[in-house]
Amino acid sequence: MNKLAMTLASSLLGLATMATAEVKVGMIVTLSGPPAALGQQVVDGFQLAIDDLDGKLGGQTAMVIVEDDELKPEVALSKANSLVESEQADFVVGTVFSNMLQAAFRPVTESETFLISPNAGPSTFAGRNCNPYFFVTSYQNNQNAEVMGAHAQAAGYKKVFMIAPNYQAGRDNMEGFRMHYEGEIVDEVYVPLGHQDYSAEIARIATSGADAVFAFTPGGMGVRFVRQFRDSGLADKVQFMSVFTTDETTLPAQKDAAEGFLAAGNWAPDTATDESTAFVAAFEAKYGYVPGGYAMQAYDAAMLINSAVEAVGGDLSDKDAVRAALKAAKFTSLRGNFAFNTNHYPIQDFYQLSVTERQDGAWVTAVGEKIFEGYEDSFAAECSM
Amino acid sequence: MSTTLILIQVLNGLQLGVILFLIAAGLTLVFGVMGFINLAHGVQYMVGAYLAYWGYGVTGSFVLALLMALPLALVMGLILEFLIFRHLYDRDHLSQVLATFGVILFLNQLAKVVFGPASLSVPPPAFLDFSFTLVDGLLYPAYRIAVIVAGLLVAFVLWLVITRTRIGMLIRAGATNPDMVSALGVNVRLLFMVVFGFGAMLAGFAGVMAAPIFSVEPGMGDNLLIVAFVVIIIGGAGSIRGAFVAALLVGLVDTLGRTLVTDGLRLVMDASAANQIGPAIASMLIYVLMALVLFWRPEGLFAARAAR
Repeated sequence: MNKLAMTLASSLLGLATMATAEVKVGMIVTLSGPPAALGQQVVDGFQLAIDDLDGKLGGQTAMVIVEDDELKPEVALSKANSLVESEQADFVVGTVFSNMLQAAFRPVTESETFLISPNAGPSTFAGRNCNPYFFVTSYQNNQNAEVMGAHAQAAGYKKVFMIAPNYQAGRDNMEGFRMHYEGEIVDEVYVPLGHQDYSAEIARIATSGADAVFAFTPGGMGVRFVRQFRDSGLADKVQFMSVFTTDETTLPAQKDAAEGFLAAGNWAPDTATDESTAFVAAFEAKYGYVPGGYAMQAYDAAMLINSAVEAVGGDLSDKDAVRAALKAAKFTSLRGNFAFNTNHYPIQDFYQLSVTERQDGAWVTAVGEKIFEGYEDSFAAECSM
Repeated sequence: MSTTLILIQVLNGLQLGVILFLIAAGLTLVFGVMGFINLAHGVQYMVGAYLAYWGYGVTGSFVLALLMALPLALVMGLILEFLIFRHLYDRDHLSQVLATFGVILFLNQLAKVVFGPASLSVPPPAFLDFSFTLVDGLLYPAYRIAVIVAGLLVAFVLWLVITRTRIGMLIRAGATNPDMVSALGVNVRLLFMVVFGFGAMLAGFAGVMAAPIFSVEPGMGDNLLIVAFVVIIIGGAGSIRGAFVAALLVGLVDTLGRTLVTDGLRLVMDASAANQIGPAIASMLIYVLMALVLFWRPEGLFAARAAR
């Protein structure tokens, strides 16, 4: 009798879950301070995908909870805890910054909730510490710099001057650049995070005899550096190459100061696939600004979740099945070729990008030469999943 | 390390010093004369920059934007004084710090709501949109020279006002002994309000001048505020002369330090170690300078309250 009651109860419970038929996605992104523009791109890109799917993920009603990590690890940690514990989110999408991911990582993955990063792709979780509950729809952080270095090598720059802020990501990007670049590094300069005036560094570049600069100066730092570099007249003599410095979040302020500057990435707004063209048009119509890689990767993250929920028929209780469905990546990525490596980081194509003015006067990055096809990160081999 | 490079860096240091002076001048008056700790001073610098951005958008002219921004920055300072700061003069420093910190949070967030979180830019005025050639291939924008000249002019005018006018005399007297000034029948509240509005305008002016060089974004004044406090502590609270000397000193030490420390370390250790340690030491230099000054002259280089 007892047994029967229990079976009845559990099947009723089962019915109850079926009846709600809802997929809950918690997002942890940075929406405060100067880098808020990046987080906003992620939120808008994700929301656009949900709209395109008529408010559903895999046929179930999608419910999205957006949390701001305020770029503070302790806030990211507590938001992660509340999303998996009190909200019981099925998926957590986040974060923009790698140090926020470090904080949110354990509470989410240890509660056996799938964590999908739309941007941050630190080396820490790509190698030995790869995790069955962690997926990345962007790239491994060093890869853009690796691509830029490969381009510098192919383009035949003899002397490169490197500049980055003095923190871990700065050093990682400089290491990444060195991976495929074999020419001379005439100097590498580390500036404080949030640096204002680059005239001292620009004077060093001018007297160093470099024929190209490689910069990693994200956000407002990039706006200042690019404009000051252009004002110094060096841009005509020294080729400017960078990662995370001239993208769709900084170009509205940099405009023609960044014209012809080179970058590297997995996508640009002019990527010529039907899905991407439609996405860019819809995004600009809805939000009134040009989407960058951040928005694209968030859109893909939503489409990835959609494909997985669909594949398991809405039953999210079998974690192994959900994982297999995610790993299969049965969705059309806006960037074209996309597959997950053994460490759940993408295998994708990388391009050299350059800054240009679009017909309608907006400043954007444009896809140039393809540098790598099906490029894997260099940590996947250490991952045993 | 060539002589040319050092000369260029001296020029850069001067320009940073001048911008620091524009911010620190208002701060040192408010702190020195009123004994009031105004953490929101950096945010008034940001307000100036946003006003320049807005004014440029409306008029399409940098000069007009500057002319519009100055009175607006003044009004903004007076409104803040009237609504908030006025009620804090008699409170202890902790209340002042808390309240003005609240103003920082509020205005930073307001800037984000109104103008969005992304960095914005303002072009320099057209008649200054040319450059001088420093060395082959390296240009120095005329606008940066204009900033240095403007800063020196402001310093000169301030010096005239402080030493040659009645209001300047009251400010000096207020900085030395506010109770006595009040006892002599001077309306200290009005004096405070004038000083405060003027300080806010100076910070706003610094923001306008900085907008074409740096990027306009929420929170842009927060880092500079800390450096501005270092400047007024080195210079001596309440002393315009001290703020001027200290601002140039800090600008030069910071700029030259960033170049020289790493290069110097490379002479004694290998390059990658120097790259690790150099930037860390360079960013500490101005605080080391402050500590040394505090050790030898606890009142600062030109203490306003001590005998001059």
